[in-house]
Amino acid sequence: MKKTSIGNPHIATPYVAWSVIFIVVPLLMVGYYSFTDEAGNFTFANISKIIEYNYLKIFGVSILYALVATIITLLISYPLAYFMTKTKLSTQGTLMLLVMLPMWMNLLIRTYSLSNILERNGLINTFLESIGLEKVQLINTPGAVILGMVYNFIPYMILPIYSALSKLDHRLLEASSDLGGNGFTTLKRVIIPLSMPGVISGITMVFVPSVSTFYISQKLGGIRNELIGDVIEQQFKLNSNYNLGASLSLILMVMIIISLMIMNKFTADDDDGGVIV
Amino acid sequence: MKLISKIYIALIIFFLYAPIAVMIFFSFNSSNSTAVFEGFSLRWYTELFANDTVTTALLNTLILAVSSAVIATVLGSFAAVGIHSYRRKWSKGAVMSVTNIPMMNPDIVTGISMMLLFVFFGRMLALRNSLNFITLLIAHVTFNLPYVILSVMPKLRQLDTHLSEAALDLGCTPFKAFFKVILPSISSGIVTGFIMTFTLSLDDFVISYFTTGPDFQTLPLLIYSMTKRRVTPDMYALSTLMFAAVLTLLILFNFAQARATRKKADR
Repeated sequence: MKKTSIGNPHIATPYVAWSVIFIVVPLLMVGYYSFTDEAGNFTFANISKIIEYNYLKIFGVSILYALVATIITLLISYPLAYFMTKTKLSTQGTLMLLVMLPMWMNLLIRTYSLSNILERNGLINTFLESIGLEKVQLINTPGAVILGMVYNFIPYMILPIYSALSKLDHRLLEASSDLGGNGFTTLKRVIIPLSMPGVISGITMVFVPSVSTFYISQKLGGIRNELIGDVIEQQFKLNSNYNLGASLSLILMVMIIISLMIMNKFTADDDDGGVIV
Repeated sequence: MKLISKIYIALIIFFLYAPIAVMIFFSFNSSNSTAVFEGFSLRWYTELFANDTVTTALLNTLILAVSSAVIATVLGSFAAVGIHSYRRKWSKGAVMSVTNIPMMNPDIVTGISMMLLFVFFGRMLALRNSLNFITLLIAHVTFNLPYVILSVMPKLRQLDTHLSEAALDLGCTPFKAFFKVILPSISSGIVTGFIMTFTLSLDDFVISYFTTGPDFQTLPLLIYSMTKRRVTPDMYALSTLMFAAVLTLLILFNFAQARATRKKADR
């Protein structure tokens, strides 16, 4: 059958060339810098330095923080998205807008105002003092960093779950209760499995920016809660050690890919998870 | 149950907006504290506009956002049409996988990978400044492109192929058929892509941070350097203005979308 002349495949060529030069080649550059020294000679020194210098511990901490933040975000977002689908249609539109709006606010600003609230002389501590209580250390703690991640990335969790839940076929829920399933069974056997695609994209969209952040940890964690993003940033901006920075980024990339693969495996193994491809 | 869900929704919305509300509130503070309100004043707003660095950065941000959004939209729309007409499944798959990379990769990796490319070629060509406005623009176009392609693609899939065939049968040249038939039907996707890339570009910090040179500063970069110093409410004033701008843009966009759906329903 003759295919229509909707378009000529060749008009995609400029883009293909662009994406090769500015997406593929840069990634190869990361590989190249990872395995060379400053003079451009092949070496494993960068990788072995990472193992020697405790960088692996920072990797571990970053993954741990990001994981905790992702789980908290999921636990908060799921009920919210579910409750949202139960409201009136016009209310749902407004709520969507309210959830999305902070997303369009710069992350720096959001984190910055959060840091001012948590500061030693910030809003919370000023309030505590005014009612005669002692100041508490809020900023520069792991909790503050995780709070920052949750606060900044929670819309990315709410939206995909909400859109998965709002597409749910109500007849399936009725069928479930007709067949004798109580509320909990319906939730476990119908609602959650069917919303899994939304949950997975939410987890990805929260975990990836959390594990690679450097501004949030800088502003809310202080020097004692350094994450891998901070270390990479320092290598490029402070120490000008591009080779070490590149190999740290390479490992970060590989770790993210592995984490996402593990997560996909977990969710695919779920007994009712037939929906996920 | 209903009450609980209402309270829950309200709590989360409060959580989302509390820091923003604090910021807006203290931007009107007459003293330079961001914790104790001492009286209403517009002092920080006037100081902001008197500050050349801020106005330059604002202008830079807009120039960058508009130009990168325009380039990405044109390049991306053509790309979407072209990729859509690829016949081999694997070449389509390969191109789309590459397209997904900037969206899946953490921003810091995208940023440094491009920085390494620019620095590498800068050294090869012995440039004094391998990072500048052009490299920043290239970086923005690159991370914007996938969003254009992914908003145009679904429109192409919905397209009735018989329409362009009919146009050709009725004597249109393929070129004319493209502009008369295809373009109007994918235009909503193109507009969505443009607005999305414009806002992404306005908002980007991480990738810009690694790919810009010393003489081109955007607002997010300025905010970054401002927040490294002591905290003063001028930052809050700037943020409040940006928030108001985003709010207006989003409301306008929503209106436009609501109108488009209504128009569709009428048809």
